[in-house]
Amino acid sequence: MPQFMDGNRAIALGAIDAGCDFYAGYPITPATGILLHLAGHLPKTGGLVLQGEDEIASMGFCIGAAMSGRRVMTATSGPGISLYSENIGLAIMGEVPLVIVDVQRMGPATGAATTGAQGDIQFLRWGTSGGYPVIVLAPTTVEECYTLTIKAFDLAERFRVPVFLATDKETALTKTTTHIEREHTPRVRDRKTAETESEFVPLGIEELDEVPAMTPFGGPHKLRFTTSSHDEHGYLTKDPQALDRLNRHLAAKIEAHTDEIAMLDVDADQGSETAVLSYGISARSAKAAVGKARRSGKKATLITVYSLWPVPEDAIREALKGVKRIIVPELNLGQYTREIQRLATNDQEVIGIYRVDGKLITPEEIIEQGGVL
Amino acid sequence: MNTKRETYLNPDTLPFPFCPGCGHHTILEKLNQALVDLALDPKEVVIVSDIGCAGLSDRYFDTHAFHGLHGRSVTYATGIKMARPELTVIVLIGDGGFGIGGHHMLNAARRNIGVNVFVFNNLNYGMTGGEHSVTTPLEARTSTTPYGQLEQPLDIPASVGVNGANFAARTTTFDPDLADLMTQAIQHEGFSLVDIWELCTAYFVIQNRFSKARMQETLEKLDFETGVLHDRQRPEFSRAYREKAVSEGKRENVVGLTSLDPSFESSLPRQKSLIIAGAAGAKISTAGTLFSQGAIFSGLQATQRNDYPVTVKTGHSIAEVILSPEEIYYTGVETPEVVFALFPEGLAKVQKQIKALNPEDLLILNADLPEVETAAQTWRLDFRSAKRWGRKKEYRAIMALGVYLRASKIYPIEAFQAAIELSPRYAEDNLAALEASKDVEMG
Repeated sequence: MPQFMDGNRAIALGAIDAGCDFYAGYPITPATGILLHLAGHLPKTGGLVLQGEDEIASMGFCIGAAMSGRRVMTATSGPGISLYSENIGLAIMGEVPLVIVDVQRMGPATGAATTGAQGDIQFLRWGTSGGYPVIVLAPTTVEECYTLTIKAFDLAERFRVPVFLATDKETALTKTTTHIEREHTPRVRDRKTAETESEFVPLGIEELDEVPAMTPFGGPHKLRFTTSSHDEHGYLTKDPQALDRLNRHLAAKIEAHTDEIAMLDVDADQGSETAVLSYGISARSAKAAVGKARRSGKKATLITVYSLWPVPEDAIREALKGVKRIIVPELNLGQYTREIQRLATNDQEVIGIYRVDGKLITPEEIIEQGGVL
Repeated sequence: MNTKRETYLNPDTLPFPFCPGCGHHTILEKLNQALVDLALDPKEVVIVSDIGCAGLSDRYFDTHAFHGLHGRSVTYATGIKMARPELTVIVLIGDGGFGIGGHHMLNAARRNIGVNVFVFNNLNYGMTGGEHSVTTPLEARTSTTPYGQLEQPLDIPASVGVNGANFAARTTTFDPDLADLMTQAIQHEGFSLVDIWELCTAYFVIQNRFSKARMQETLEKLDFETGVLHDRQRPEFSRAYREKAVSEGKRENVVGLTSLDPSFESSLPRQKSLIIAGAAGAKISTAGTLFSQGAIFSGLQATQRNDYPVTVKTGHSIAEVILSPEEIYYTGVETPEVVFALFPEGLAKVQKQIKALNPEDLLILNADLPEVETAAQTWRLDFRSAKRWGRKKEYRAIMALGVYLRASKIYPIEAFQAAIELSPRYAEDNLAALEASKDVEMG
């Protein structure tokens, strides 16, 4: 059953089907469509939609609601992520399940509001103080906007962490033929909640990579939530042992589960010495380029990375085995290329193909600049 | 009402950590008194704080606690109250927090969200070294105004009161009725705020020889009244929102998906790119979508990318459409094969694409527009020959697409009609215009 819709609409639909029941955001091109769709529909399913006075307030609303038991999403573009920064840190520290959509537009600063880019890829990972990990997913099609939104909710609930969906102006606003099959929607896992009867310990974990159980405000246990470095009971502490445990936990609960989070698609061409590795909108150009090359009798492996952060290192290394040349097209000046460079072996050449003029990378550019033919 | 409790203070964390003589002791004791008087279930009370000495407060209460970022406390409180309107959500914030988060405070007041704000107003930053805050009185000496404060202090209750807060009051820690005033604020539906002036014995008292008497003089000098200053009964936001906006529909009923199952056939052998260049208000984007949906009804794949200025009701409106029998990965249109130039605004934007057209390509030009130099075959459409419908600019794109479909036969016109019928509200007029496109003469 084909439909015709754009990425923003598919994300809104994905949020509704994921059971999102709280959304707050501030209008910004090219992400506004998500706010508009949800403002029109979510309250009719019992959900709440708030337009904050700014991005900071919107994130504050989301965090308050998430810790009160809601399944929460917000969406913005690069300038909004800049304003989200401090609360991204708070959400990492307080282990808040939260989905944040970044419909990327050209930066820096106000940049070009109606012009696509993939310039936030490192910013999303390193966008707040401390350097602790988050999860970033990147859809390449409108359908994947739907499915990865649902996946983002699932991972947010599973890991209690901000999960970003990095799309871009082109994916967000270009309508395409889509095949969304709602009846086959995977369910979002429920968050792990503390038993009503037993004592609640906010950071009650045995192993560092474990995700602690939650309890909502107004729930059966008194919840102590804090932006400050805290001990297992949620009290501010400077005790080195407690600080070390907290911080290593915040890293381990994501990084030790990189393989579980890893999502990439490897379309291997046996004996191919060339791989085109990409993500998001540029992965569509990569797919077209590889198709074209193969039709001309050339071999090329296509790797599409959906889980950008944590970098699925083992899976990428495995996919690159035997490859001599890795071509990485992206709409920035090499942000993900640097991740691939550190994964490549000494005898593997990494060729970045970059555009920052607001135009998409064409399949022909990948073929020519990457020497695919 | 719940069982009466002796205290809401947390035995694990007491005593308070504040400096001797600091007003924070009094505020927390009076807040505890207010909670005791209200006999609330501690599991239905959330104390939200942010940064500064006042931000240390939440841990001393045996209730829910949220300790957040500087000045943002009222935003978290709003999220909590929206999610759980039955909870009592209390915000403890300093004058520093009010300064950095003043925007949120004004909007919370305007929104009238039912949170209760208590401002620990000690007229300076007590935690970081006695710097001036938004409430530091004129001429007061702080570590960052050694010359005496030149900036007018913010009138906190006035600022929220004038912007719609249900309840706004000002008092001092020396007020014997402080606990009652706090009780009154918590009981009041909607946004409530009490600005509580107090002594910072670490800095402000020392630097300004400040005292209870000097505080009173300062209030008078500033003409800052004390007591309840605003008392209204506007509807509380989280409940008002639920009444107005929220219903409990099933998600699949609320948001349906329009299925475009192929029921026609297309003869298009390979990908084709079209650009419809028009003007704002001429339904260019809609026509592009209907045309694409017709293609999908015919088993094709379609993409549509629109371009228009940020001021949407003026200037050009351009729809780039790609149709293909196969999946379309790359959605850019560098070299279209068909250009529809229907309005001057659009024509001006696609000059480059028209110049790049090849002899086997097609330019469909509104006959009212000037001649355009191109290698492509040109159809000049005289919309005036279609009389009534031809004069209406909002049907021009549909009519041009109708002319093109009939001649090119890339998919059946009936599929286009089926797409038009998807929107019952506009279907009748759009179908009539499509029919009238048969009368458009081609030069």
